[in-house]
Amino acid sequence: MSENVYIIGAGIHPFGRTEGRSGREQGVVAVREALKDAGLEWADIECAYGGSAAAGNADIMVNELGLTSLPFTNVANGCATGGSALASAQQAIASGMYDLALAVGFDKHPRGAFNAKPADYGLPDWYGQTGMMLTTQFFALKIQRYMQLHGISRRTLGLVAEKAFRNGSLAPHAWRRSPVDLDTILNAPVLNDPLTKYMFCSPSEGAVALILASEKKMRALGADGVKIRAIAVKTRPPHSFEVFQPGVSIEEGGKPTVLASKAAFARAGIGPEDISVAQLQDTESGAEIMHMAENGFCKDGEQEEWLANGWSEIGGRLPINTDGGCLACGEPIGASGLRQVYENVTQLRQRAGARQVPGRDGKGPRFGYSHVYGAPGLSAVAILERA
Amino acid sequence: MGEKIDPNLWSDDPEPHLIGGRLASGEIVFPMPVGDAAEGVAPYKLKRRGRLWSWTTQGFLPKEPYIGPGAGPGEGPEDFKPFLLGYVELPGEVIVESRLVDCQLADLHLGMELELCIVPFNARYDTFAFRPVSISEAQAA
Repeated sequence: MSENVYIIGAGIHPFGRTEGRSGREQGVVAVREALKDAGLEWADIECAYGGSAAAGNADIMVNELGLTSLPFTNVANGCATGGSALASAQQAIASGMYDLALAVGFDKHPRGAFNAKPADYGLPDWYGQTGMMLTTQFFALKIQRYMQLHGISRRTLGLVAEKAFRNGSLAPHAWRRSPVDLDTILNAPVLNDPLTKYMFCSPSEGAVALILASEKKMRALGADGVKIRAIAVKTRPPHSFEVFQPGVSIEEGGKPTVLASKAAFARAGIGPEDISVAQLQDTESGAEIMHMAENGFCKDGEQEEWLANGWSEIGGRLPINTDGGCLACGEPIGASGLRQVYENVTQLRQRAGARQVPGRDGKGPRFGYSHVYGAPGLSAVAILERA
Repeated sequence: MGEKIDPNLWSDDPEPHLIGGRLASGEIVFPMPVGDAAEGVAPYKLKRRGRLWSWTTQGFLPKEPYIGPGAGPGEGPEDFKPFLLGYVELPGEVIVESRLVDCQLADLHLGMELELCIVPFNARYDTFAFRPVSISEAQAA
């Protein structure tokens, strides 16, 4: 990468349910908020990348935003749609070709668990027909084995969800904004053992827009920028265990999250110990626990001690999912990964209000880490640094 | 006996085997690939016995393309029957995802010995499942 790239504008449409407003219209709201934040007009944006999983193409947004003839690339990359849009926008500026770029993600899903078509994933029909092609089952099967091997308790799963709802109650863009107590979480109906209904995120709606700038442009504008230290997107390596697999290799393979995390840390030239705030994919409580270890923040099994001692709470040694994550915000696929980056931008700029992470010097966190995971086995990591 | 949910999913032996694939590298995969992906892959009868690798419950009615109880004509969530499923490691071959039958959630533990069986799925189809070996041996006795 030749040029440093900064995020100078961030906008979000509240997550949850917004009747009467399409996913793309929510995207337009987020873009306008990001432009205002950066002190820019739509006509200033030189190129754009964006998409959704279930709410249509992003490039149609020019109807509402203005026909400025900019190149607008639709991104369709499943759960990594937002992460891929961000990576593309970053590359556009790092290449020196552009000085201002937009990354936008939005979505609007029907209620209830996601339903996937086997053929879209290269799988036989019987796998879906017999009721085995559910993302929720994968996460339950993965954490069930992990709990057996590494001594994680059900109570710890509950503590993750309790923290999420408590943090969500402090985040204006979150969907679930009321705390839920541990007993209620643990005693709720079990959807896929060991996970109760409060331990899963739900498909939802929402949008996030980020405006990226070259260093020269940021300085010229006098903008409040956050530096992108590293972005890494990785798909699954051989023999890995991922969502939607009728058969898994008996050889223990690598993990896309571990690959993306290591690549991002290597590119940034820092390590997990340098991170002061992290947003980790928490499709369900167990995912946050496993992703703490896969991203290098603790060893397998240490999560039990982390949660018991509140080390991942706001004010703890490494606050995780400070806006309540997917559990409190829901998961609009195209927007979810960018929400994590939005939250880190907000934290690094010290604009997070009641959920502000103090940071080691009291000036807010210096390094923020975000990690998104999704089907069919891909992870995207972004490391941001306070400018 | 109903129709097989997929004609190529298991063998017609008196004691059926799931049909996997053997890659040129020797690696065993499940299920047997189809189309161009099947090139160079030989159909391979998987072991009938294995050990429990992980498990969960399905506690709510899945959406389409699920066609089991609860999804038939005129049926709804009240007709859905929660079921157990898991991954079963077939030693030296592959770990397969399967329904688990003739057992309760509380019975399940890592490494538990299981055996393939064919079970009714809906009014028309049968599907495959694994059940504890102790049960299949008791029935044989």
